[in-house]
Amino acid sequence: METIIKTDNIKKSYKMGKTQLEVLRGVDLSIKKGEFVAVVGASGSGKSTLLHILGALDTPDSGSVHYQDQRLDRLRWGKLNHFRNKTVGFVFQFYHLLDELTVLENAMAPAMASVGTVGWPSLKPKIQERAYGLLERFGLKDRIKHKPYELSGGERQRVAIARALMNAPPLLLADEPTGNLDSQTGHGILEAFKELNAEGQTIVMVTHDERIADQASRTIQLLDGKVKS
Amino acid sequence: MIKWLLAWRYFFKRPISILAVVAVALCVFIVLVVMTVMNGLLRDFKQKNHNYAGDCIIASDSLVGFGYYEDFTSILEEQPYIEAVSPMAKGVGLVHLKQYKWDSGIEIHGIDPLLHSRVTSFADTLHYQKQTPEDAFRPQYAPQSDGCITGIELIPLGRRKTDGTYLYHDKPMRMELVISAFPLNIKGGLLRSLDLVSTKSFYYSDDSHSGLVKVDGAVVYIPLEQAQILCGMDSPIKRISSLHIRFADGESVQSSVAKVRRLWDEFVAQNINKPGGSLFSNVRVQSWQQNRRSVIAPMEKEQIMMTMLFLMLGVITVFIVFVVLYMIISHKSKDIGILKSMGVSMSSILGIFLLFSIFIASTGSLVGSVLGWIFLYKINDLEDWLYKNHNWQLWDRTVYAIGDIPNQVAPEVLAIIVGSAVFACMIGALVPGLQAARKKPVQSLQVNQL
Repeated sequence: METIIKTDNIKKSYKMGKTQLEVLRGVDLSIKKGEFVAVVGASGSGKSTLLHILGALDTPDSGSVHYQDQRLDRLRWGKLNHFRNKTVGFVFQFYHLLDELTVLENAMAPAMASVGTVGWPSLKPKIQERAYGLLERFGLKDRIKHKPYELSGGERQRVAIARALMNAPPLLLADEPTGNLDSQTGHGILEAFKELNAEGQTIVMVTHDERIADQASRTIQLLDGKVKS
Repeated sequence: MIKWLLAWRYFFKRPISILAVVAVALCVFIVLVVMTVMNGLLRDFKQKNHNYAGDCIIASDSLVGFGYYEDFTSILEEQPYIEAVSPMAKGVGLVHLKQYKWDSGIEIHGIDPLLHSRVTSFADTLHYQKQTPEDAFRPQYAPQSDGCITGIELIPLGRRKTDGTYLYHDKPMRMELVISAFPLNIKGGLLRSLDLVSTKSFYYSDDSHSGLVKVDGAVVYIPLEQAQILCGMDSPIKRISSLHIRFADGESVQSSVAKVRRLWDEFVAQNINKPGGSLFSNVRVQSWQQNRRSVIAPMEKEQIMMTMLFLMLGVITVFIVFVVLYMIISHKSKDIGILKSMGVSMSSILGIFLLFSIFIASTGSLVGSVLGWIFLYKINDLEDWLYKNHNWQLWDRTVYAIGDIPNQVAPEVLAIIVGSAVFACMIGALVPGLQAARKKPVQSLQVNQL
């Protein structure tokens, strides 16, 4: 299978007061198209940092990240925004929905971000149809006019997944997507991921829970800032 | 598209944005009211000076005046761009009002009332002879006597009412004013060595209300020939202090003044060697603005000072908007991270906050303008009400020569104020907006967990 994203010896450290904390100490990994990969590790092992680097939300101190032929850590702003908008969809542990927007608008947000005011009227019906479709798929058809604070945790996370999939990105990154949910709701989210993966969606999911990681097709374990297996 | 939607929602959903709108509205309101009143007072004051002086003034700096004015008046009257010319003889003197045993220093203005009314708004300043300025120096109660017109504030009879208007009798009161002047010879010395002062009685025929305190409080108008005699300007060559000119309608004051200046220079060159020709060196040809500069400039300075003060108010608005936006951006740090993780560009994020500031500025300006307009529309009624109910006036009309408070909103002033408010708000939004736009997504999301 074709490699979709690959890292070479990436290192990342943070300054904590006067001490420099090395979080990633040379991570090499490659993820193939259509894989469902779980990144596991103890708290502080650097798994969220790794996910942020894969999603171009952060840059490594050294090493390289390649998305297909593109080197992510050297992308200019314009291409970086394009990558974040079109290539990757992010699902956060705390949902991170925009409180001022309705469920439907939240789902449409990535599409709205890439459409100008002039082009909006002609594209709106198509975008809306896509958002309706995704929200219906995740059981949120009746909640489209609600605000995020009117939803349960599971519903919010499903809105976040719909938003992440809005622009049909080749890569879906999820940072502890069930970490803030009860086990039954979390199970539903995992089922949704498995379903998406079955349809060919590449997913990289960070979790500290080995049982959740078992649902993925491959597990990468981080230990002390390095890939263990 | 998302920047419009979010800016709009932030504007409507954030109670704090009401504070910013109120701040902008108050600033616009205050600046609009003050600028309208100040501009109105200045415009009114300039207009009164223009009305008093005419378009162009050929005036001597010396009380001695200058001669051969009739020759030059003939030249001027031939010019197509000149409507009318009026000579004026000026002098200083004393007035004694017999029946009130009252004396005062005065400025004597000798004029031909009809000519002067064609050049200036002199006739409009009169009360009894407004329609017949040619009879202005003919007292109704003694038509054969020499009449005089006093500035309305000259004789302290307490005729000014609290609303700024004046008490008039149906007919002019009989008053004999004895005017004394110091006649000067061509060299500027006293004309007669034995009889140092010229004195003559005049009978009050009308008031002149120009609205200029210094004129209305000090000037007595008498016939030109009488003024020339009193001031020693009748011989050996007849002299005057100034020629007032009105240009034809549609003629530019600046270019017409330049033309008159050229004519005057030629005239002086031809007549400089005549007796009294040396007096031409004291004469200047000026536009009304130049001639009245010394009285207009202080008021203009005052207006500039007020404008500067209100610019400082504008700085405060910028600061308030800056604080409001800074608070909003601090609260919206997570949103910025979310937007960046979706690929929203820096310029779009900056655009959200700039649009937000424009919404604040536009709404605040609209509210402030409407309130300001209503307040100005009612300002005179409000002042009347305050005076009737609380005995308080903004300007005591018994002290200040002001009629109604100017309340005409100038569209260009309103446009400048609103434009400045929008600009100020955008500046206030720029710094926190840029700070927000430059943040890394992970910093904004505060998800840089290890």
